[in-house]
Amino acid sequence: MIAFPFTQSTEPPLMNDPDPDKPGTPCSGHGACACGASAPPPSGESHGDSTRRSVLKGIGATLGVAAYAKALAPLTELTQQTSMDEFLQKHYRELTKEELATVLARLTRETKEQYGAEVTISDPKPPEGVKFGYALNLSICNGCRKCAEACHLENNHDRPSHQSYIRVFEMTKGSMDFEKGNVHYDHPVPQPDKYYMPVQCQQCELPPCVDVCPVEATWKERDGIVVVDYNWCIGCRYCEAACPYHARRFNWQKPEIAAAEINPDQSYLSNRIRPQGVMEKCTFCLHRTRNGRLPACLEACPTGARVFGDLNDPDSEIRWVLENKRVFVLKEELGLKPQFFYFFDE
Amino acid sequence: MSDPASPEADARPMPSPPLPEWRQYARFLWNAVSQSVEGGWKFYVWMTLLTAIFLVGANAWAVQVRDGMALTAMSDHVSWGLYIANFTFLVGLAAGGVMMVIPAYLYHDEQMHDIVIIGELLAIAAIIMSIMFVVCDLGRPDRFWHMIPGLGKFNFPVSMLTWDVIVLNGYLLINLHICGYLLYMRFRARPPVAKLYVPAVLLSIVWAISIHTVTAFLYCGLGGRPFWNTALLAPRFLASAFVSGPAFIIVAIQIIRWQTGRMFGEGAIRTLVSIIRITILVNLLMVVSEVFVEFYTGGTHTSAAKYLYFGLHGHNELVPWIWTALGFTLVAVVLFLQPEVNRRPVPLNIACLLAFVGLWIEKGMGMIIPAFVPSTLHEIVEYRPSLTEWKITAGIWALGFMIYTLLIKITIDVHSRKLRDASGARTIVPEDALAVASEDG
Repeated sequence: MIAFPFTQSTEPPLMNDPDPDKPGTPCSGHGACACGASAPPPSGESHGDSTRRSVLKGIGATLGVAAYAKALAPLTELTQQTSMDEFLQKHYRELTKEELATVLARLTRETKEQYGAEVTISDPKPPEGVKFGYALNLSICNGCRKCAEACHLENNHDRPSHQSYIRVFEMTKGSMDFEKGNVHYDHPVPQPDKYYMPVQCQQCELPPCVDVCPVEATWKERDGIVVVDYNWCIGCRYCEAACPYHARRFNWQKPEIAAAEINPDQSYLSNRIRPQGVMEKCTFCLHRTRNGRLPACLEACPTGARVFGDLNDPDSEIRWVLENKRVFVLKEELGLKPQFFYFFDE
Repeated sequence: MSDPASPEADARPMPSPPLPEWRQYARFLWNAVSQSVEGGWKFYVWMTLLTAIFLVGANAWAVQVRDGMALTAMSDHVSWGLYIANFTFLVGLAAGGVMMVIPAYLYHDEQMHDIVIIGELLAIAAIIMSIMFVVCDLGRPDRFWHMIPGLGKFNFPVSMLTWDVIVLNGYLLINLHICGYLLYMRFRARPPVAKLYVPAVLLSIVWAISIHTVTAFLYCGLGGRPFWNTALLAPRFLASAFVSGPAFIIVAIQIIRWQTGRMFGEGAIRTLVSIIRITILVNLLMVVSEVFVEFYTGGTHTSAAKYLYFGLHGHNELVPWIWTALGFTLVAVVLFLQPEVNRRPVPLNIACLLAFVGLWIEKGMGMIIPAFVPSTLHEIVEYRPSLTEWKITAGIWALGFMIYTLLIKITIDVHSRKLRDASGARTIVPEDALAVASEDG
């Protein structure tokens, strides 16, 4: 540990300090001081000494301020990316219709400016009386990862990191333990002694990610989908720590995606291109599903392993699955009541 | 800059009506700030060095804000790293200062009472540092205002993070009040009024416990992270805080003594050593207890502990860290239990340093990171802090040392009457026997 060099309290007042050993001590603690100007040895006349001191202090302070400004200069480059309107934007759920329209227009314009793509950003609301659920047939999933790839494209994920909301695990038959699973398999599928388990957001009935958010930037919508207001999230990643299903993704940098590859059918709460430094997650493709379409991962699945629908509709396919198949949920013991179900055929 | 300590002024009564209290207080602060940049060459060298380190950190942070958290080594798998590790440790350091307050105010230990402000100032510096670590961990610090109650949305009481915001800022304010009030009264050469600060002191004792309890609850309430999900976490945090805080203060007292050339605090150091002798063993007992439960029970939930202590499937990034921590702690335990530590400063300071660094690792890298490795879906992604993270960490520590240095320096100046109210006529309090002393009733 380095010493705290306190002035000796027995020293005479500094103003009259006649110490000749310190001609170059003027820097007032700021920055890489280059002002080591060696002043002439003090005559012991207190007024001149004091003037010299304040002049040197002034120089030191000026250099210090300059050093601070230089060190923090990168912040000013950021302000060019973040408009004042964005900075002051209210929480999604507090926006009036008009304000929301302004925000959507601004986001559309910014996408054009920053990514060069013409997109439509809508804001579909949860349909009345609907509660979305998802089920996945582990007996026929063959681990081809088409769902993960479809998610990557549909949701305008960052290209270099191959981001996707879905991770597919190759599991060892006879075990449900992920520790014996492997997400990085690189061979023809399906392997005879394996089965495959895609995992994405389980849209918990009691989502811990929502509880822990300090600013209510994430919440559960009426139709059961847990969403994030990308313009409200402060990026603390507490939700990512709280999620037991590894469902959340953080934008460690500004997403990169070529204009030609951008999916122009976007919505505020789902697949619009996310800003840097905020959290994102699977939204069951709400820009599609709230408009009567199916999630992209389901449409991409070549085996028909995925079943999506309204849990409130007794005639829906998903209700039939839940009532007739051997169904389970992941980590049921945590009591979070996932709305994503796995099942076996036989 | 005006001369705050003109000797003639003391003798003259001030005829004009006295300024309102808040203006007097503002003047005190102004004098303190002005005086705090005065010092000898050693002071300037020390502060310049710290400023330089701080600026390196500030620059790294500015670049991180601009280019994104990708500059850190964190990932979606290990989503908290060195920043949160330091944050956790520093909250403990801040709480540790209370181990001076309890003997001073609850057990009326006079020697401790005289210098209790050293611990309270440590709390101020450590809390500021811990808040800065959280800010540096945010992906969008520009949206910090979203957290301000009334202005943004404050998810209270459901989110433990909002509790933490309240207790940390509350603790900061309480300690600022206590230290500010006592120094101000000393500056004005008036005896402090007990009812204006003693309740705050008593509150600060409870509050110190609360800051570290709430910080532990941030982690141990998460059912998806078995490594954290233990009821022992908060007690363990407190026990280790009551090692690291006193260890730091013991060294700080000696440095202040050495720099001011005045002997004080011998009894306080003995009391702190006695406290550490208990708390360091309690902490060790809890570590052993955790390790036993993890390994004797076995199963998948043990993966994180296996990874931490022995490595998992060939991944062993944290193994050197944790064994260093355990080694340091064990040597510190042996040293603290020697009677020599009460007589010889060298083994004492080595013990303090080892305990401090050991706990910094144990509560930081050894406590935050393993909860993420393996991930909730048992993928193993390792974490080694990036250069950006080290720079920012060093920068915040440098700032913390600057703040603590200035606070201690102001305190010394006030108590040695170098810094005093020069305008009003007050009874002149005789020079302190100690350079640092809180001389309330």
